[in-house]
Amino acid sequence: MPLIAATGLAVRLGRHEVLHDVSLSLERGEIVTIVGPNGSGKSTLLRALIGAVPLSRGHVRRAPGLRIGYVPQRLHIDPTLPMTVMRFLALPRRRAPGALRAALDRAGLPDLRHRQMADLSGGQFQRVLLARALMDGPDLLILDEATQGLDQPGSAAFYRRIEEVRQDMGCAVLMVSHELHVVMSASDRVICLNGHVCCEGHPEIVAQAEEYRALFGTGTHGALALYRHEHSHSHDHDHPHSHEPAE
Amino acid sequence: MILDDFLVRAALAGLGVALAAAPLGSFVVWRRMAYFGDATAHAAILGVALALAFDASIFAGALVMSLVMASTVSSLAGRGFAMDTLLGVLAHSALAFGLVGVSFLSGVRIDLMAYLFGDILAVSRGDLAVIWGGAVGVVALLVWRWQALLTATLSPDLAWSEGIDPRREQMVLTLALALVVAVAIKVVGVLLIAAMLIVPAAAARPLSATPERMAMIAMAIASAAALGGLAASFRLDTPTGPTIVCVAALLFALTMTGKNLSGIIGK
Repeated sequence: MPLIAATGLAVRLGRHEVLHDVSLSLERGEIVTIVGPNGSGKSTLLRALIGAVPLSRGHVRRAPGLRIGYVPQRLHIDPTLPMTVMRFLALPRRRAPGALRAALDRAGLPDLRHRQMADLSGGQFQRVLLARALMDGPDLLILDEATQGLDQPGSAAFYRRIEEVRQDMGCAVLMVSHELHVVMSASDRVICLNGHVCCEGHPEIVAQAEEYRALFGTGTHGALALYRHEHSHSHDHDHPHSHEPAE
Repeated sequence: MILDDFLVRAALAGLGVALAAAPLGSFVVWRRMAYFGDATAHAAILGVALALAFDASIFAGALVMSLVMASTVSSLAGRGFAMDTLLGVLAHSALAFGLVGVSFLSGVRIDLMAYLFGDILAVSRGDLAVIWGGAVGVVALLVWRWQALLTATLSPDLAWSEGIDPRREQMVLTLALALVVAVAIKVVGVLLIAAMLIVPAAAARPLSATPERMAMIAMAIASAAALGGLAASFRLDTPTGPTIVCVAALLFALTMTGKNLSGIIGK
């Protein structure tokens, strides 16, 4: 049985139907990436899966007792709200101090427990968000453009960390990203979304698909085509990580 | 008996409101609901007018109208209205209709000031029971929902992913707000309730590293303002409700200046 399965899902925001006829399912331990142009409904799909937006059609079925760790696209903490790293990690469940220290340690962070969230660097902030999502040992980790605002080495390091997490904890990962070249190599499966599922499958197959090329190949006058060359190249030589150190 | 002294009753009434308003006020500040608090409080005067007209309890009238206003605003929020405009319209219309409504009732014109600015020195034992009942209810509600409220305040999506429905938490705050407004009328009056919510929380912010600390410090500051304001108004013969708010504002100025000074010295 899949961890989570959406069938015939549609979401309407106001008058606009953002998603229609979306079906997808995730198995344990899989890394699946959703790619798609701006406004294609990527974030809405994730929000529909966690229950944050009502479905106008279709349904989402979760494995019983499914634990989800969610890393939002960006988290704005109001300046009036004081929030230490330690306090943030203990939301919404209180934790022993040892567990918090261990979580930061696993995230590759020094002991930042008493620092304010607002004082963290972009990379540290994202790692703390991820550490919080991993506190309960989730079955499914959902990341919504989690590397937004990070530089190239920062986001490459972040995705390496995601792969480690999958290896260590065995959780499935569902993520949205626009960093196609990085994501392609790290994913088991890619779903290309534009209001509906345009195409889906192994990264190589999707990269070659007509639908994918139609979405990302035209209109950008070569910028994305370059990326496509880059990753199809790396896959040809069977080095999934070949372009990470080069950056 | 000690409760026979009107000053003791006034002090206890002020403390009760302070202890409930401060932690709730912290959420009002974090969620940027200041105007929302205002609208709810102003609607209460309409409730007072209705209660007087129908000879019902002032507390019940204020509670019902505050609840109606708070739920209306809550349900309109996030539907694409320009919220500050909408709140401005609702808050001041509710106040205006309330004032006009009260003027229709003969014999209560003189009492109007008591509802606008509070009349803490006239708190009866019955009032005290209502105030403390409401205050304990609000604090218990906030303590019970604390983690969920905080998660929903930080990010509604994060709350959803943890199985928390942020709409329910919004309802909890709405209910708590209506309760605080209803019990605070007697103490500070409808015009200054929002100040009792916001000023102590804002004053506590520079001294706090965590949300819990901020709520606790806000409670201490609000209590100090209530007792200090009562004492000052007794000595200076000034209206008590506004004096309490003045003391809270001075404490706010103090913590903000302290913060800035320590920032300068730190450099």
